Amino acid sequence: MLAKRIIPCLDVTAGRVVKGTNFVDLRDAGDPVEIARRYDEQGADEVTFLDITASSDQRDLILHIIEDCARQVFIPLTVGGGVRKVEDVRRLLNAGADKVSINTAAVNNPDLVAEASAKVGSQCIVVAIDAKQVAPGKWHVFTHGGRNDVGLDAVEWAKKVESLGAGEILLTSMDRDGTKNGFDLALTRAVADAVGIPVIASGGVGNLDHLADGVSQGRADAVLAASIFHFGEYTVRQAKEHMAARGIEVRL
Amino acid sequence: MAIAVIDYGMGNLRSVYQALAHVAGDKEVLVTSDPAVVQKAERVVFPGQGAMPDCMAELEARGLRPAVLEAAANKPFLGICIGLQMLFEHSEEGNVPGLGVFKGNVQRFPEARMVAADGSRLKVPHMGWNQVWQKPHPLWDGIADGARFYFVHSYCVQPEDESLVTGSCEYGVPFTCAVGRANIFAVQCHPEKSARDGLRLLQNFVSWQP
Repeated sequence: MLAKRIIPCLDVTAGRVVKGTNFVDLRDAGDPVEIARRYDEQGADEVTFLDITASSDQRDLILHIIEDCARQVFIPLTVGGGVRKVEDVRRLLNAGADKVSINTAAVNNPDLVAEASAKVGSQCIVVAIDAKQVAPGKWHVFTHGGRNDVGLDAVEWAKKVESLGAGEILLTSMDRDGTKNGFDLALTRAVADAVGIPVIASGGVGNLDHLADGVSQGRADAVLAASIFHFGEYTVRQAKEHMAARGIEVRL
Repeated sequence: MAIAVIDYGMGNLRSVYQALAHVAGDKEVLVTSDPAVVQKAERVVFPGQGAMPDCMAELEARGLRPAVLEAAANKPFLGICIGLQMLFEHSEEGNVPGLGVFKGNVQRFPEARMVAADGSRLKVPHMGWNQVWQKPHPLWDGIADGARFYFVHSYCVQPEDESLVTGSCEYGVPFTCAVGRANIFAVQCHPEKSARDGLRLLQNFVSWQP
């Protein structure tokens, strides 16, 4: 049976991991490649880098990181952040990324999703959706870290990007992100049931039950988390063992 | 003596190159679209991603068909993903002929059977880590039966000859995910993205003396 995936996510700015980690035995807690290697050793199913570099002159640093990472880490690697053109997608893939995640640019220019997936294949294109509840059972797509309501229904937008050729959806609840209160399960389920492509749940993980709930109640195909892994609260392996104990198929 | 990774312009071969280079020891790994380099290579890797009609068209456009067929006939040859599918006679995807090295077709996961045990819909593409059940073959050496490999695909091969099957998998339906005959081994999954077990498979290929 196909395993549900656990994906640690690293925020990277100007070539360094933002929050750092407290893996005690890491030589360099800010080195994204070393942290990715550690997650690989713990059994992570994929690794996602989110490049939040603000200044454009430092943005190419992510390419070197991906190149290094691709030489040492042999699991799928997704990169997102600042992707605006098909050329950006191509450069990231050529550096060694397996999938590229498109967020704001997809909202501003939906044709980018169609164009990119036609050029490089749907399997390489992830559309990231940041969603926030606007009424009971209703969510809108937001940009700018949850500040701008772009007026799109999140479930409808998910269906739309699927029809444009997205291969996967990375769904983040902006209400839950950073709260450690668990995924927005109603949102996750609404999107996961509406589309025929895999959905990665994100935003709000504070403990291992949250990860399992994302799959069992949210019906996500994969779960993404950052802080619970970075700060050494749990290893990826512990997360998988916990999910397995809750009857979820995982790669151990 | 080099290991040639055949590049026909479809997608990114960096992952395949990196993983092979990681296990190849002092053997050289060359990503090439030059038939002469393929001809001279000691062993050949035939990868592929995207849609099979595009892959076949690009392969023809670069004049690589004879070199691929020759390699498949006489030296250690590893097909990966679409590189497995192209070895068969025909694909439902775009209704195109393949290379016809093996008898059989490539078919899409049957929509009607894409239902999980809990009644939920199984998504296509089949993406993620699934268990591979082996038939004895030297390329599985050191890899546990049922080990998980990384898959991304919507179509599967259906060999006419059961004895070709060296690995099977299950996603809504049981399907063939590895085939082998003489000097050829080909897998639907991506060993270059399948962590330790994937590297082991590539390492086994690098030292394989069929």
